[in-house]
Parts: sequence; C-alpha cells; structure tokens
Amino acid sequence: MQITVTVNDAAFTREIEPRLLLIHFLRDDLGLTGSHWGCDTSNCGACVVWLDETPVKSCTVLAAMADGHRVRTVEGMGMPGRLDPVQEGFARCHGLQCGFCTPGMMLTARWLLDHNPDPAPGEIREALSGQVCRCTGYENIVRAVQWAARHEAAARDGGPGGGGPGETGHGPTATEVTG
Amino acid sequence: MQVPAQVEYERAASVEHALTLLARYGPEARVLAGGHSLIPMMKLRLAQPETLVDINGLSELSYLRVADGELHIGALSRHAELLSSAPAGEHFAILHDAEKVIADPVVRNWGTIGGSLCQADPSEDLSAAFAALKAIMVIRSQGGTRTVPAREFHTAPYETVVAPGELLIEIRIPIRPGGGSAYEKVGRRVGDWPVGAAGAALWLDGDTITDAGIGLTAVGARNFAAAEAEDFLRGAAASEENFTRAGQIAAEHCRPVSDQRGPEAYKRHLAAELTVRALRRAAVRVRHEDA
Repeated sequence: MQITVTVNDAAFTREIEPRLLLIHFLRDDLGLTGSHWGCDTSNCGACVVWLDETPVKSCTVLAAMADGHRVRTVEGMGMPGRLDPVQEGFARCHGLQCGFCTPGMMLTARWLLDHNPDPAPGEIREALSGQVCRCTGYENIVRAVQWAARHEAAARDGGPGGGGPGETGHGPTATEVTG
Repeated sequence: MQVPAQVEYERAASVEHALTLLARYGPEARVLAGGHSLIPMMKLRLAQPETLVDINGLSELSYLRVADGELHIGALSRHAELLSSAPAGEHFAILHDAEKVIADPVVRNWGTIGGSLCQADPSEDLSAAFAALKAIMVIRSQGGTRTVPAREFHTAPYETVVAPGELLIEIRIPIRPGGGSAYEKVGRRVGDWPVGAAGAALWLDGDTITDAGIGLTAVGARNFAAAEAEDFLRGAAASEENFTRAGQIAAEHCRPVSDQRGPEAYKRHLAAELTVRALRRAAVRVRHEDA
C-alpha cells in the first residue's frame, strides 16, 4: 500500500507493507535513525515520536496508521546552533550518558513543557515514567527538563534564561557533548 | 526483531464503513484501535488476523460526556482522555484512580478504552472498574445496536460477547446520587499489570449501604466482580467491620492462580485487603471527606 506521512514538516510517500511498524518506516525507509528501536514491546520508550500532537511508542504503531498524519522525530527538534531548549538542557545538565533513551526522553519532555511549562520534579518523573534510561541517569534527566523549563520561562520574560540553581555545574557543555 | 505477519489493512471512514468492513471480512478481521495490545499479540503470533480494520479516524467514537443521567464514554476515547475528563472524575473517581495506574503516560496517549475492554485481558484494570460501576456496553453491527451489562461482556480470558461484524461503540454508566468510588492496585512496578486490584462503588443513605459494586481483577473473580460480598453489604452499615467481612468474602470467592507476579495465597490476601481499602475510600468520598 502507498502512504504519505509528513515527518518533521516534509511529506514522504512510500510503498509499504501494512505490517510495517512506524519505527522501522522512520529508520529504514526514511533513514531517520534518531528514533531508536529498543525493547520492541512498548515498555522502554526509546522509540517515542509524536504522532500529530501526541507522543506515542512507534514500535507499537503501524506505519499505515500514520498515513495522512504528521510525525515529529528528534531530527525535527532542533539542530546545532539552534537546539530546542530541551536538547540544550540535556547537554548542559548531563542528561544523557549512552544516549540511547535520549531522543524519546526529549520528545516526551518537549510535550510535557508545551502542556505544563513549570512542572514539579514529580510531574517530570511521572511524564517520563514510561521511558527507561538503562544508564539510570534519571536525576540529571529531571534536571535537564527543569533547566529547559527555566530557560523558556526566562525567555518569555525577556531575560537570558537557563542556569541557576539545579544545574549540576559539573556536566559537560553542549560543545563537549557534540564535539 | 518482532514483526507482525502479513496482514491486509483497511481504514474505516465512518462507523457504518467499519461495520461494512467487519461484516465483509468476518472472523478473520480484527478491529485496530490503539493497537497497544493487538500489535504485540500479532508480533508474537498470538493473534494473526487476515485484515485489520483501523478505526482511529472515527472521531465520532471519541468523547466523554454526561447525557440522560449517564456518563457516556466513546469506545475510541484514549486512556489519557478518560484520565483528564472532569465529568468522569467528578462522578466516578474510581476511573481516575484506575487510569493513573494503567500502563504509562505515553501508552495512555494512544491506548483506547474500548480496546482495553475488548482485549479482555484477565488482569485488565478497567474491566474491574466498569464491573464495580455496573456499566453498560453498547455494541453495534449492521443489524442494529444492542446493550450488554459489563458483567456479561467478558466470556473468558481474551474473549467477549462482541461477535464478528460487531463493534463496541460506547460505555454507559448510570449516575446515581449518594455514590462514591475508588480503585486500589498493587503492581510490581510502575506501569505493570496488577498483581491484584480491587475497585469499589458505594451508595449510601446515611450510614446504610443502599447498593455496592465491587470489581476485582487479576485474581480470577467471576465476571471481574465480587457479587457475594456485594450481597453482604447491601442494607448493612458502612462500617469498618463490615468492609473487613466483605473483603474476606471477596477473597473466598475468587480463584487466583500462582504465576510470575505472585503466589495464589498472596493474591487472595490482596483481594481481601484491596477490597477493604477501596470500600473505605469510596465511603469517605460519598461523605465528601476527601480521599
């Protein structure tokens, strides 16, 4: 069957088998390997992408179900020099170690901040509770989301944003992570 | 790598179209809603339908509203929508209690109420919640619409009364004054299926229980309910002593089995204890003492 899916604002039309999972469509058919294929059982959350406006586990969604819909992946979040504040928070607060869970974590965190701009730590943990970091770096993941929330609040108020209490101070900078 | 076997895919454009497709493909077709049970089953070849009928486009089945003295839940409503529904929480706190502990927030974004009920997992939380509330299931086919009480909906593990060519379209819960409800679950970890869980709904006149609903899941309760414990409570005082006895009766009449989630005796203990806790919290809520 033929499907057309708008991924990160670009329309892609492909011939697929109906049984193809969305995660494999993104990775294998479109070459967007930022979304990770983890447990394959909708437990770990490494494969989280947005389907229209909602984070979903793409190992448990058929590509056919995305026909005519929009998908947002980590590749659509930002790019070097123009990172999403969530990405910048993960870099500044050492919110990633091996990085396998990171794309899914960041996409869910982005959704959380869009709906709750000032989440308490418990609310961040709840929102990310369907996602597993096998490096067990949860403390810094929560700090990263808090950093992004502060940064965005400051930006709304016209200030410089970011930093302040809660930033670990010993994590690598964005440059160190990417460079 | 787990991938489903080859399957045909049809996207329903309306309820009528879905019913036409389900009638055409018969018993080899499966309804695809959130897919969070069906797709894992297909990966494992526990389900191998020839055709999937995708109903995700049927926005007319996605709603939560109060009408005719009932809460009406469209079958395609997502778990997250039930959890955020103000009327659902106002009238039936048990539904919010249960939804908070079903899977995880991302799964709740996509999994559906109707899909959970039709999957008919013997550990499904919502099956116990709707049994406690004595909900009514609305099922449609090309031949018309029929209603089935929640307690007659499930016929066996993973089996329901929904026949080939039929579609669960709505769940209705009568709203009666003087009621309160709660759900208590013990799981091994966040987002897991329950080791055991109990839901309770109470209707009081002063301190007298005028009606009670007790739902149980994962412990082998007939129809996901504890009918004998409800009979004991009806007409009795809403007291700690009676709640304890009701918990004992509920535990005596369920048939849990030992598995990787726990031994039979522990599950029976949970059936008693969680029934008591749910009744206690439901009573507090009837009296608006907050819980």
